Amino acid sequence: MTAAILPGAGASAQSILAANLRDFLANRLAVVSAVGVLLFAAMAVLAPLLAPHDPYESDLFRRLQPPAWLEGGEWAYPLGCDSLGRDILSRAIHGARVSMVIGVAVMLVAAVVGMLAGLAAGYLRGVVDIAVSRVVDVLLGFPYLILAIGLMAVMGPGLMNIVLALAIKEWVLPCRIVRAETLAAREMEYVEAARALGASRAHIMLREILPNVLSPLIVVSTFRMATIIIMEASLSFLGLGVQPPIPSWGSMVADGRQFLIGAWWVSTFPGVMILLLVLAINLASQGLRDAFDPRLRT
Amino acid sequence: MSPVALLERLLQLVPVLLGIGAIVFFMMALTPGDPVELMLGDALATPEQKESLRRDMGLDRPMHERFVLFIGHAATGEFGMSFHHRRPVAQVILERVPATIELTLVSVAIALAFGIGLGVLAAVRRDSWIDRLATVTSLLGVSMPGFWFGILLILLFAVALGILPVSGRIGYAGEVPFVTGFLLVDTLLAARLDSFIDALRHLLLPAVTLGLAMAALLMRVTRAAMLEALAQDYVTFAEAKGISRARVLFRHALKNALIPTVTVAAIETGTLLGGNMIVETVFGWPGLGRLVVEGIFTRNYPLVQACVLLYAVTYVMLNFCADLLYAALNPRVRL
Repeated sequence: MTAAILPGAGASAQSILAANLRDFLANRLAVVSAVGVLLFAAMAVLAPLLAPHDPYESDLFRRLQPPAWLEGGEWAYPLGCDSLGRDILSRAIHGARVSMVIGVAVMLVAAVVGMLAGLAAGYLRGVVDIAVSRVVDVLLGFPYLILAIGLMAVMGPGLMNIVLALAIKEWVLPCRIVRAETLAAREMEYVEAARALGASRAHIMLREILPNVLSPLIVVSTFRMATIIIMEASLSFLGLGVQPPIPSWGSMVADGRQFLIGAWWVSTFPGVMILLLVLAINLASQGLRDAFDPRLRT
Repeated sequence: MSPVALLERLLQLVPVLLGIGAIVFFMMALTPGDPVELMLGDALATPEQKESLRRDMGLDRPMHERFVLFIGHAATGEFGMSFHHRRPVAQVILERVPATIELTLVSVAIALAFGIGLGVLAAVRRDSWIDRLATVTSLLGVSMPGFWFGILLILLFAVALGILPVSGRIGYAGEVPFVTGFLLVDTLLAARLDSFIDALRHLLLPAVTLGLAMAALLMRVTRAAMLEALAQDYVTFAEAKGISRARVLFRHALKNALIPTVTVAAIETGTLLGGNMIVETVFGWPGLGRLVVEGIFTRNYPLVQACVLLYAVTYVMLNFCADLLYAALNPRVRL
């Protein structure tokens, strides 16, 4: 890491990145998981092409139809149908859209806001640092789900509101990490050198310090995406997330709750999707952490 | 820790608690819809009556005055009337608190037992099948959404095997007089063993669901701390002296390995509070979490406001206790 932050060390920085990437690619489980995450992303993008049926089309004759391999099932509806006779597989495929969009959007908003706030607090210190740190302390005082639930209750349902409700607390973690890294970096020679050369504060923060705090930021952000996806699913499960009939894995699990006796498949399959995606993200980000920022290893 | 340092830490809590109060207040104050109309619901009222209600609720005052009033009231546990129940919010909450505390405590106990037990085993038998099993369990534990895990448990133990109840705290036949509100205590006070077992059976699935994520995390922390402790010189020395394996493990290694575990446990107990809403909804558990969710759907804002505040304050206090505990257990940390 220190080699990468020396001025004029472009070539060596690149080779460190390449070495990190090599480390990552050597971790087979992490690579398979990363491919899994990409497959989910592809599923979200291509949902209309992949889904065998219209996820909104209900056919009451197929109400609670079992999966294909059970009696009464058919291969045209492999995972069975829900209480309105909609194809569960098609809805599960479309459900990836909500999870991926919210996961990525919240992660990006949180990373950018947290990065800017963390850089400013760590480099400028003084009033800015005190203000940012106080806000961080207060937000840390809320259990995540409680704050999100409270905000959703106030703002009402909707995709944009979920992103807001989650991002309001989510930026705190990247902010804390960037702040800590910045505090350490501002004392280093390369920052001092830039300062002596008359570089502006914005230049020092964004061009000198930022590149060196990027890898912990990326590692933390990818990890957090797993939590964000579970949070969205939890809100949707409680009926506070995206509203019906838009398919979301969390609300699909909730829909099936009334039919646990007799129609277990309605709740089970969307849950499997959440588990697989979250598991893939967790494993991939573990690999990413081990390769890019071994200091964070627990 | 010196009393001065403790006082300093306590004072640091004040701005945080005020900030939390501010967020909760403005969250609700900025909610669209007239609180007076919401409170009246379908009841008919003349404009004059509405105006007087508005004055009684302090809604005619400027925002900053209302905020000061809110903080003052919150500090004394005065949260106004619950729209839906037509009773003081504090009273409605108090009725629900024991159910939530009971569930939380049992979950924490389960998480501690499994987390520490598996963590120690995994570290002692490093790279064995039990270590791998523990690693997979902990990975699943953090990757599985709580509501879905709860539903899987219901499917398995209540629907397929039919050995545990689906929801609620106790069956009709097992009801006992209200004393403490903690059913495990009340049933014993009433000398009703059958009711006690019934209450325990109702508790099991929700408590396991709620404790899963915490157990997974505790397992990881204990395993790592135990491995570190086992590699220390004092352990090698103790072994060289010929002290029994069990004594070395429990008296020497585990004692030190528990320091991070206990701290994480205290913090995670706070996080567990957030899971209440989910688990109580899945299992129809009549606690605080369920109350909040119901309150949101009936737009019962004073109730939601009070509950969110209560959760947040409890969370902050738990984290504060975790800090103290860490300092108390670890003499190297000077506060």
